[in-house]
Amino acid sequence: MADKIVNKTDDLIIAGRSFQSRLLIGTGKYNSFKETRAAINASQSKIVTVAIRRVNLGQSPDEPSLLEFIPSDEFTYLPNTAGCYSSDEAIRTLRLARELLDGHNLVKLEVLGDPDTLYPNVIETINAAEILIKDGFDVMVYTSDDPIIAKQLEDIGCCAIMPLASLIGSGMGILNPWNLEIIIDKANVPVIVDAGVGTASDATIAMELGCDGVLMNTAIALADNPILMASAMKKAVESGREAFIAGRMDKKLYSASPSSPTKGLIK
Amino acid sequence: MKIHINGNIKEFKSKKITPEELIIQLNLNGKRFAIERNGEIIPKKNFDEIHINDGDKIEIIGAVGGG
Repeated sequence: MADKIVNKTDDLIIAGRSFQSRLLIGTGKYNSFKETRAAINASQSKIVTVAIRRVNLGQSPDEPSLLEFIPSDEFTYLPNTAGCYSSDEAIRTLRLARELLDGHNLVKLEVLGDPDTLYPNVIETINAAEILIKDGFDVMVYTSDDPIIAKQLEDIGCCAIMPLASLIGSGMGILNPWNLEIIIDKANVPVIVDAGVGTASDATIAMELGCDGVLMNTAIALADNPILMASAMKKAVESGREAFIAGRMDKKLYSASPSSPTKGLIK
Repeated sequence: MKIHINGNIKEFKSKKITPEELIIQLNLNGKRFAIERNGEIIPKKNFDEIHINDGDKIEIIGAVGGG
């Protein structure tokens, strides 16, 4: 562990790209693009997710767009397939995203199973991942916390495995740390918790478990003060990362050990 | 001619139109977008070569906030 000292070189490496932040954030649900940008700044995130949708044809030519607020020379876009329920829809969406973003091939694949839970359909996800990887995409993949599926997605060639902590937008935190630990233990690519983080301690726990990063949107955007929460999340991720690398003490039941000397007590 | 654009039918006086001309008519020039015609992406380099015809289904997409 001695060689793993946290410093400026503790970058997150995904598909050969290096990022100075382990916090990835979404750009949905904010009140304005200005607020979106302020939250991104406070989070110091380097990777931001965006959704792909039909353009609004009635808009005024002067109306600003999201990408103008988060320029590509400062941030890495992660176009997603939110709202896609089949591999065909997801593949179509990401091919359009690649055209939109001038050949950018780092993407977030998510294929959903049903609109009530937004739980991933892992079969459609695997099908889509195989085709996208053959087509030259670097696929970061949203999935369930099933360790076998996670390993299969890695074996296919996904560049990051992104299991849920709990349902998208639920803010329920990490419901199954044991599964996450198994996924992390088995993985040879970055594992990034995606979905379910509700507050700062959830992000810290994810990082203490050994996750390589955390991706979140709602926990920041729907906080009473999104910008302050973005700052909290930055610290939470850094704190959890440092604690993971530092290596926590063993938990001891019935072997309490005082921190102060037992000799020299005044009697 | 009538073209389906993002699920809406739009009428044009001409019998065909290039993507480049379409973008200008829709006030989208200068914006970032990608175009699909009948399920196939039209690369930006072909915007002044391809012709969109009567009945074509066009999707014009951009990036929006999302998680």
